[in-house]
Formats: sequence, structure tokens, C-alpha cells
Amino acid sequence: MAVTTAGESAPRVALLNDPKIRAWIVQILLLVVLVWLTYVGIQNMFANLQAANIASGFGFLNRNAGFAISQSLLEYDQATSTFGRVFFVGLINTLLVSAVGIVIATILGFVVGIARLSQNWVVSRIATVYIETLRNIPLLLQIFVWYFAVLRLLPGRRDSLDMGFLGQLNISGWYAPKPVYGDGINLVLGALVIAIVAIFFISRWARKRQEQTGETFPVFWTSVGLFVGLPLIAYFIAGMPLSFEYPEQGNFGPRGGARIYPEFIGLLLALSFYTGAFIAEIVRAGILGVNKGQTEASHALGLRNGPTLRLVIVPQALRIIIPPLTSQYLNLTKNSSLAVAIAYPDLVSVFAGTALNQTGQAVEILMMTMLTYLVLSLLISAFMNWYNAKMALVER
Amino acid sequence: MPLEKIRKGAWAMKSILKGLVGVSVLALSAGAASAATLDDVKSRDALKCGVSQGLPGFSNPDSDGNWSGLDVDLCKAVAAAIFDDASKVEYVPLSAKERFTALQSGEVDLLSRNTTWTMSRDTQLGLNFSVVNYYDGQGFMVRSSMGISSALQLSGAAICTNTGTTTELNVADYFRANNMDYELVAFEKADEVVAAYDAGRCDVYTTDQSGIYAQRLKLTNPDEHKVLPEVISKEPLGPAVRQGDDQWLNIVKWVHFAMVEAEESGVTQGNAEEMKGSDNPNIKRLLGTEGEFGTAIGLENDWGYRIIKHVGNYGEAFARNVGPDTPLKIARGQNALWSNGGLQYAPPIR
Repeated sequence: MAVTTAGESAPRVALLNDPKIRAWIVQILLLVVLVWLTYVGIQNMFANLQAANIASGFGFLNRNAGFAISQSLLEYDQATSTFGRVFFVGLINTLLVSAVGIVIATILGFVVGIARLSQNWVVSRIATVYIETLRNIPLLLQIFVWYFAVLRLLPGRRDSLDMGFLGQLNISGWYAPKPVYGDGINLVLGALVIAIVAIFFISRWARKRQEQTGETFPVFWTSVGLFVGLPLIAYFIAGMPLSFEYPEQGNFGPRGGARIYPEFIGLLLALSFYTGAFIAEIVRAGILGVNKGQTEASHALGLRNGPTLRLVIVPQALRIIIPPLTSQYLNLTKNSSLAVAIAYPDLVSVFAGTALNQTGQAVEILMMTMLTYLVLSLLISAFMNWYNAKMALVER
Repeated sequence: MPLEKIRKGAWAMKSILKGLVGVSVLALSAGAASAATLDDVKSRDALKCGVSQGLPGFSNPDSDGNWSGLDVDLCKAVAAAIFDDASKVEYVPLSAKERFTALQSGEVDLLSRNTTWTMSRDTQLGLNFSVVNYYDGQGFMVRSSMGISSALQLSGAAICTNTGTTTELNVADYFRANNMDYELVAFEKADEVVAAYDAGRCDVYTTDQSGIYAQRLKLTNPDEHKVLPEVISKEPLGPAVRQGDDQWLNIVKWVHFAMVEAEESGVTQGNAEEMKGSDNPNIKRLLGTEGEFGTAIGLENDWGYRIIKHVGNYGEAFARNVGPDTPLKIARGQNALWSNGGLQYAPPIR
């Protein structure tokens, strides 16, 4: 058999009829058209904005905002801060309420979900009522109820409740003592870091030892001891470098101290309780999804109810729980944009609200806001996917 | 690649191309279609008017959904001038935040929603302001029991207001200029602002003074609250339209002027019919019995008569909606005719 050189004896097919090349051409054309379409759309939008005499561009981010924001974890001054800073202030506020909300909702969801499966009739009925009520009332209404309930419960601005070393409480929020750090605080922080690292290694060592010898080690109480003890010792060695600034009485109620605003509390409670109800159902489904034989086997091995739940049921249930849990976390984060209804200064309220109105640049601001939520959601999603993969059944 | 897949690809390409042609045609025609607002209004047989979500005296729906107020009367007057029927108005309730976008995007033909005329709004948003149907200024309301008599005593106060308004900026300027600090609590809807203030979340409620008088009616005990004497800003409230349609701008502008002119010449809803026989040339031009002033703005010549017959003159609208005999009890003040020491002044119709 003679060796053939390319192009000599291979059947000649027109380039366009070669299925491989043809597939490529179609793909490339589609991509080009898509890019072109996007480009034309954007061009068209800017041309129309210009034709309608509406200002455009991102220059406004460097302009002074000139309005006040109540709650800000960043340095924010109404006289000198820019709209760009407003964006970050709003973003941090959104992140804050979402993060704390996710933690509370998860704890609440697990407790209520397990309570609903309880043998105790009263406990399981209470959990059922909680879930069925909160799940079936629109979130916006719940936010209003929580907010105005919180407001009505608290004393007026001028007769705040004095809670001693915990600061003062009134309708404008909790005026907590504000920590003031002195010299040597770094020693305490360093001790805290050492404690955390030590806990990490101890728990690894304890797990290994248990796998090898079966002996257990009281990891939990050791960790608590380290976490509290080490910084405490460092604190006294450094000469107690921490003091507190207490709120003082002003014309209109307390001033100073660290503020926790009622808008934050109202929104946080509403989001956590609402999402907690959904998480409870997910947890229940996860636990029921684990075969009853697992519980019986565990009991047969001599494990009591607590360890059975912790060591046998929950690890298996988590595999069912995590994927729907992810979408609840995403929901909570996105739902936090309802903050504007009760004056919590989140991203939508101060940036896509006030800043939009003061500059009139709706297209740019809404695009930035949408992109931010998209990135936030994708990050949460990526993290939960990673966690899911980590918890997945490893076949040995 | 199977042949069928390729065919599908080609088919998809063709439909995408068809779609593209459609899109570019649309894009080209969009600019031209937006120009003649009057034609759009006529072909729709209704005026789309952007109003507030409920501000007594200015634009407020009753329990049957009938809108009334000073701003609503301007909508009605424009509809009356065009259709000879003041009821051909579709009201679109808008929050402070939504209002400009709604006008820019063509969702409403006219924004008549206690909106302050400022330079940036007039020049950067693609909008045009032209007349002021209510001269206002920002004020403060506090509980009488607090014993406060001046806004200069408000340092450290918590202040409730609406987002997306000039009030947020005015408060910032005023407190900065006087070296005072404050805590701003800004809600999207006016109802929540009032509820939060009523619950005691804030020491102070601030907005335009007309708004304060209107919202005070919604409080549990309106008499326990008082309005401080300081007016910290100029808030000329007036209607806005999109830029690039001069005819429509002229219509809105002159509808307001006609109402002011009618008050000045003593033409009222009650006597408009008999005033048609008046010898006064001013009144004749206003009511369209002389001259061709209506056709010059694309309307019928009796446009002025239609406005007064259906809605009344400016003084009547003021008295009916916000005047001393209404719950708002607002005096004419700056909004009196220029001949009575106020600021309402209409250029002559001639």
C-alpha cells in the first residue's frame, strides 16, 4: 500500500461541505452576530440617551453626593463623599444584613426543622404553625410588621431604657457601648489568632487519633477554653487595653456609642424568620430522606439519640439539604433589597434609589446594581457548590 | 456534524438576520415617533398624567378612585383644552423615585406631581420645566410637646423624609451650614414616612411645606404637631414634559397661564359662558372669541373657554384643593396673583 500525501488522493470535498468546518463557521458567525447585536444595542441606547438630552457616562461616581446616610460601616461624610462611596456604603450594608440573616436563618431553620420531627406533640405543632404561617405571608408585609412592631415595642427617644453596661435602648435603636482600643490590643488579637489556629490543629489531631485508636478527645470544650482563655490571658498581660465609650444624653435622646438601628433589626428579623421557615422544610425533607434503617442501625450500635442525629443522620441529610439551601441563601440576599420600604440604607435604597434620583443616570446605576447582585449571587453559589462537592458521598 | 443540525443552524441564522433587520428599523423609527406628543394623546383619546401616590390637596384619589388636587386640575385642564372633556385623563401614580424615568420613557405625557424645578433636572434629565403652579419651600414639623420653636434647635435630631427628593439635599445643606448634626431616615413611600414619624422613630418630619400640611392630616393627633417657622429652600413646583417637543411644552405652559389669566380677568367656571359675550379684548382672546391663539398651539380656538368651563381658573382650583376652606388651610401667600402681592403672573395672551 502506497503512502498517500495529503490532498493527493483523499476525496476532495468543498470546504463549505466539510461538516467540521461548517460547524465551526456556523458557531463563529453566531458569535459575531451576538457580539454585533450587543454592540448595536448599547450604541443605540447611548445615542438615544444623547438625543433625548439625558446625561450619561460614569463621571457622576466622582461627584459629591451631598446627602446623608444613617447607617454606614465605612467612613461617610455627606459634604465630601462621592456617589462612588455611596455605592460601597450601600453594598456593605447589603452584605451585612444578608450575612447575619443567613446565619440566623440557618440556625433557626435547623432548630425548627428538627423540632417539626420531634416526638413531642406540642413542639412539633408549634414548629408546624411557625412554618405554615411565615412561609405563606408575603415578605414585604412581614417586613412592615416586624419594623413597626419593633418600633412600637421600644420606648421613646427621650425616655430610653437604661441597660447599665449594655448601653441604652429606645425607638431609634440600641446605643451599645463602643469599644475603644488602647495600646497592646494587638497582643489580644494575636492570641485570638493563635487560639483559632490551635483549635484547627487540635481537632484534626483528635479526628485522626479517633480513627486510629477509637479514643475520643473533648474537642469542643478544649476549643471553648482556648478561644476564651488565651485572649483573656493576653488581655490581662497587656494591661487591659480595652475600654468602652458609653452613649451620653443629648437633646433628643442618647448620642454616641455604637448604634444598632431599628431598620436593621426589623429587616434582619423579617428576612431570617421568613427564610428560616423555608430552610426548616428543607431540613425536614433532608432528615426524612435518610433511611430509617440508618437510625435503627445506629441505635443497635449503642449510640444514643443525640450522637445518632449528629454523627449519622445529619451528615447524610446534608447531601440532600445543601442544593436547595443554596437557593434560599440567594433568595435572602436578593430579598434584602426590600430594605427601601423601611428606610434601611442598602444598595438598592441609597444607590439605585437616592443616587439614581439625584443624578438621573438610571441606565448606568441600574446596570451597576444588577451586576453587583449577579456577582454576589454567583459567589454564594460557587461557595455552596464547593461545599456540596466536599460533603458529597465519597465512595470507598 | 449531522446534516439536520447544520440545517437547523442555517435556519436559525436566517431568522436571526430577519430579527436584526426588524430591530434596526425599530431603532431608526424610535427617534421620530416620540416627537409629537399631542398626536399620541389624540390618537389614544386620553392624556397620561403622572401624579403622586396620594398627597391630599395636590393629587389624591378618593375611595372611588377619583383623583383630585391642584396638580390633578392641571392634568384635567390640559385634557379639557385638547378634548373638551376633563375626564379623558389616565392617572399614573408615581413614587418620587420613579417619576422622571416614567416621563423620559414615555409612560406618561405630562408629569404633574409636586415636582421641584431645579437646574439639573431641567438640563440633565432630558426634561423641560416651564411654569410654576405652586411656590413652595421646605419646612419642618415637630411635636409641640418637645418645646422647640426654631429649626436651629434641631441639632442631633432624627429626621424622617422621602428618598429621591430635593429635601434630602436641602436638609444636608442646611444642617451643614449651621454646624448641626442629624440622623436621616429616608423611606420610599410617603405613607411609611408618616407612620414612622407618628410612631416616634423621628423627632422631625421634613418635606415641602404644602406636603407637611397635607401629611399632618394623616397623623393620629394632628393638633399635637406644629410646623416650624423656618423655610429652608425654594421649591417651585411645576409640571414637566420631555425635551424636544416644543408644541407640547407650549400647550402645558399656556394651559397654566390661561388659568392664571382667567383669575386675573375675573372669568370663573360659573360666568365663563356669559363672559363669552364680553367686550373686554383680553377676555375675548382668552376665551377664543377673537384671534387664532388656539390653532397656533395645535388646539381649537376655544381652548381657553374649555379649560375654564371644565376646571375653572387658578384661584378656584387653589381654593377648592388647598385653600383656607379645605382641611389643608393654606393661605394664598406667594401663590396669590402678582396684582395681590404674590408670584403668580401670566404673560399676556396676544
